[in-house]
Amino acid sequence: MFDGLPLLSLAIWVPIVAGILVLLTGRDSSPCLSRWLALAGSLAGFLVTVPLFTGFNATQSGMQFEEFSTWIPAFNINYHLGVDGISMLLILLTSFTTVLVVIAGWQVIQKKVAQYMASFLILSGLMIGVFASMDAILFYVFWEAQLIPMFLIIGVWGGPNRVYATIKFFLYTLLGSLLMLISFIYMYHLSGSFDIKDLQNLPLTMTVQVFIFISFFLSFAVKLPMWPVHTWLPDAHVEAPTGGSVVLAAIMLKMGGYGFIRLAMPIAPDAAHALSGVMIFLSLMAIIYISFVALVQTDMKKLIAYSSIAHMGFVTLGLFIFNIYGFEGAVLQMISHGFVSAALFLCVGVMYDRLHSRLIADYGGIANSMPVFAAFFMLFAMANAGLPGTSAFTGEFTVILGTIQSHFWYAALAATTLITGAAYTLWMYKRVVFGEVVNQAVSTMQDLNAREIIVLGLLAVAVLGMGLYPFPVTHVMQVSAHNLLTRIAQSKLH
Amino acid sequence: MVANMIDMQNLYLLVPLAPLAGSILAGFLGRVIGRTGSHLVTILGVALSFAASVAILNDVMHGHTFNGTVYQWMQIGSLKMQVGFLIDPLSAMMMVVVTFVSLMVHIYTIGYMADDPGYQRFFCYISLFTFSMLMLVMSNNFMQLFFGWEAVGLVSYLLIGFWFTKPTAIYANLKAFLVNRVGDFGFILGIGLILATFHSLDYSQVFGQAQNMASASISLIPGDPWKVMSLICILLFVGAMGKSAQFPLHVWLPDSMEGPTPISALIHAATMVTAGIFMVARMSPLFELSQTARSVVLVIGGITALFMAFLGVVQFDIKRVIAYSTLSQLGYMTVALGASAYPVAIFHLMTHAFFKALLFLAAGSVIIAMHHEQDMRKMGGLKKYMPITYWTCVVGSLALCGIPPFAGFFSKDAIIEAASLSTIPGAGFAHFAVLAGVFVTALYTFRMLFMTFHGKERMDHHTREHLHESPWVVTLPLVLLAIPSVLAGFMFIRPMLFGSFFGSSIYIAPANNVLAQMGSHFEGIGPFILEGVSAPPFWIALAGILTAWYLYMVNTRLPEVIRQKSGWIYTVLDHKYGFDEFNDWFFAGGARRFGRGLWKFGDVTVIDGFFVNGAARVVALCSRVMRLVQSGYIYHYAFAMIIGVFALISWFVHG
Repeated sequence: MFDGLPLLSLAIWVPIVAGILVLLTGRDSSPCLSRWLALAGSLAGFLVTVPLFTGFNATQSGMQFEEFSTWIPAFNINYHLGVDGISMLLILLTSFTTVLVVIAGWQVIQKKVAQYMASFLILSGLMIGVFASMDAILFYVFWEAQLIPMFLIIGVWGGPNRVYATIKFFLYTLLGSLLMLISFIYMYHLSGSFDIKDLQNLPLTMTVQVFIFISFFLSFAVKLPMWPVHTWLPDAHVEAPTGGSVVLAAIMLKMGGYGFIRLAMPIAPDAAHALSGVMIFLSLMAIIYISFVALVQTDMKKLIAYSSIAHMGFVTLGLFIFNIYGFEGAVLQMISHGFVSAALFLCVGVMYDRLHSRLIADYGGIANSMPVFAAFFMLFAMANAGLPGTSAFTGEFTVILGTIQSHFWYAALAATTLITGAAYTLWMYKRVVFGEVVNQAVSTMQDLNAREIIVLGLLAVAVLGMGLYPFPVTHVMQVSAHNLLTRIAQSKLH
Repeated sequence: MVANMIDMQNLYLLVPLAPLAGSILAGFLGRVIGRTGSHLVTILGVALSFAASVAILNDVMHGHTFNGTVYQWMQIGSLKMQVGFLIDPLSAMMMVVVTFVSLMVHIYTIGYMADDPGYQRFFCYISLFTFSMLMLVMSNNFMQLFFGWEAVGLVSYLLIGFWFTKPTAIYANLKAFLVNRVGDFGFILGIGLILATFHSLDYSQVFGQAQNMASASISLIPGDPWKVMSLICILLFVGAMGKSAQFPLHVWLPDSMEGPTPISALIHAATMVTAGIFMVARMSPLFELSQTARSVVLVIGGITALFMAFLGVVQFDIKRVIAYSTLSQLGYMTVALGASAYPVAIFHLMTHAFFKALLFLAAGSVIIAMHHEQDMRKMGGLKKYMPITYWTCVVGSLALCGIPPFAGFFSKDAIIEAASLSTIPGAGFAHFAVLAGVFVTALYTFRMLFMTFHGKERMDHHTREHLHESPWVVTLPLVLLAIPSVLAGFMFIRPMLFGSFFGSSIYIAPANNVLAQMGSHFEGIGPFILEGVSAPPFWIALAGILTAWYLYMVNTRLPEVIRQKSGWIYTVLDHKYGFDEFNDWFFAGGARRFGRGLWKFGDVTVIDGFFVNGAARVVALCSRVMRLVQSGYIYHYAFAMIIGVFALISWFVHG
């Protein structure tokens, strides 16, 4: 029934157009119109991505829902879109998260409502563009363009130290991506094409592959972020408004992992294999080092930010052990982390809206005044600790199962997350939620309102649904993951 | 026949789903259906589950086992991970034990938690626990086993911290979860290694191929190959050490007593803590292939059985005495596992579930009467106020001490005999430990009994005035648990140990079969009891009881004198061998110090301070230098151009 509709274009442009509409109609005197329009836009944006999942042919290899038209013929740059089972899931995650962010910002944002909502809608379209692009230049344009709304979100609606955070965020991420652009241009000179499929098939010598891999690595490792280029993330999260943190953690980090999957590994497979030792080392550093750092954080947002870095370590670990468990586990981890980190940042947002503090020490005994919230927070905290039955378990478990096949000690080091992840998450939970009320302000905190229950409830359904029945998710990406892995296993040297 | 199969499968589903439904109703609709509604739906759920379990056990006894999938959970590559059930004698028996004790505890809770504002939440949790535990025991694969394993851990966490404003409770539940996670760390690696070795997570496939992999090896340290089976079994056992609180991961169990007493009985005595024992018995086809692993199991079990019993003697909190007793008894079961006497371990698991749940619930009954006072120094003489509690507690105590014909006698005697017959390294120590443990067990059990129910009434006047027997919802479960605490031993010893009850669900290699040796001279219940009363363990137990009687009934000043005379020994026992202090300082404190070091030095000083902000300073410096060049004087620029032209020309000429 959706045959013939350019679904991917719709997925990209519906939120962007909606965002522009919100901007145009937005008046500070009537924020309600902007809110409802934004909600309608984000829901429409989500609805057009649903057929991508329902209409996806899980047994078919190659790209689906492809769209192609020339854009800049002089340089053979095309508007080429397409998805496989992996990018399709990430697109769905993006459009879903956008709906949540719009609802979550409903009352919290009181200044420049139209601009706030529009930023998120436009950002959503641009991020979907990254996941749907099959042309390197198109990919690059979306990749860079989404920095702008995020820059504005942190810079305008952010906390007191937002200028330092935005500039750090901007420079860190910009630096890496310039080298990526140079790699694209270099490969265009070799192949005459910017099409990602052509680049994946382009034979390259080892030296060139190493350079290209490193240039990709710099942009993706910063985005993911990997240790040691991670220090922008805690700062950005602390200063960002709740919605900004949610999008940052749930989706923008995933673009780094996606970049490795779609570009760095298939374009430079031999370099990826040659450098896998380094990648695994950095991943394990993220998992172990960062977990200990997370343990001693006093600011909840920083703690969750550090925990995100540790969880992203599982993505790169899974990818660079080159087996199907690691690979699919990495994708599962990306999607699950989208739900769990979004939920945790929203939980902190709920508390921040009431008490205007992110410090653990200012809380304690929240369960007394907010039992419903405490129950939701418990679920998401347990998910962050990788409890079976939640989505987070699927990714971590599968990556550990994959890692042990390649090396016992790597798996043993990675599995320490069972202890450290539980330690930093539940220790925070204990200090914030359990205990007697010490700070009198906590006892006056109102429990969740209907709007917050909807947002957290939707995420709870996602976290539990994917935890108890992940089969549909693994089913749609099965063939795509297998194909990519086969491609990466083939040497390009001859 | 086909119709019958479908009926049975529905029954299998009913067993875990009925408690789950009760839990969901009580949890989400607790306010709507009220307190009575909550306990009715959950009790109904568990009762249905119990009835179905009994029917299934009966069906299994007629030879109908089942191994099948409920639904496909996930597929990675060609590996299908499924949620499924394995219904055989081992799991059917566990199902009956779990649902029976759970039902008793549900009923008991009506009385125990009557005044608690979190009444509905409590019923929601204990039914959720029952569901999780059933998923664990009914599993037919390692993934689901791990799922149940962690789910019971979660509920245990929630229930230890049930009174979430109590600082000791929320310290204890975090500690319990983290220590269990240390065990799970080993457990998940064991599961991973099973997948890497067998390319499957299904019990039947793994066990079927186990023999072929018996000599496979893995090189952990280059040049030092290990038998992969030994590594797998030891890693799995690390998981069991966490869940079943074996030394040195035992530290969480005594603290878990901060939770309400019904869950101490259900989770921290009868069911969850025995999950490790059950798991090892389930994995018997693997453990039988590794003598190294079984030696480790024996030694760890022996240490736990004896050294944890000592700690029971110096405790004054009635629940903690029973908690250390639980640790010690879990050690006994572990010894049986190490001696390849898996059916004996499961037999003791069953009898222990009955009499230990009974003891805990009796202690809870005392605690209600004492207005939540748990210190035995403030009790005494309760016998006349609480006759039902007293007499059921006596039954439980005699069973725990292994006095015939109570249930514990049969299972404990079998463990001691199995340990004496085992010949693998560590068996000598384990045998000594379980034998010496008998004396200590009798001593602390009757110390508790005498201090609580006999002697001088040491409570304050107000408490004494209000002393009375607990309501029937409390005493009924006590009586119902006392019955199997008497009967279960001699009724089941023949089929479970020397008959074909377990069938193929437990595998014992012929060379290790101590059970067959024991069976060869088993001539029936009567001779077994006669043999028991003429053997050392019985007399050792009597000696322990007499010692307790002398110390706490006759010469009641003596314990204090001994305490003062014993010096450092008492200090060591009082500090529980110093594990808590060490763990707090080394692991908890060390991790925080390490994390703070990494953060302040690694992230803040090196990465941000030196590289990130350093790079910014370098850029700033460069631009300051460059600004000097942009002077604005035309002759500066002209001069620079001339130098440039010269440089270019010389490069072209020479290059």
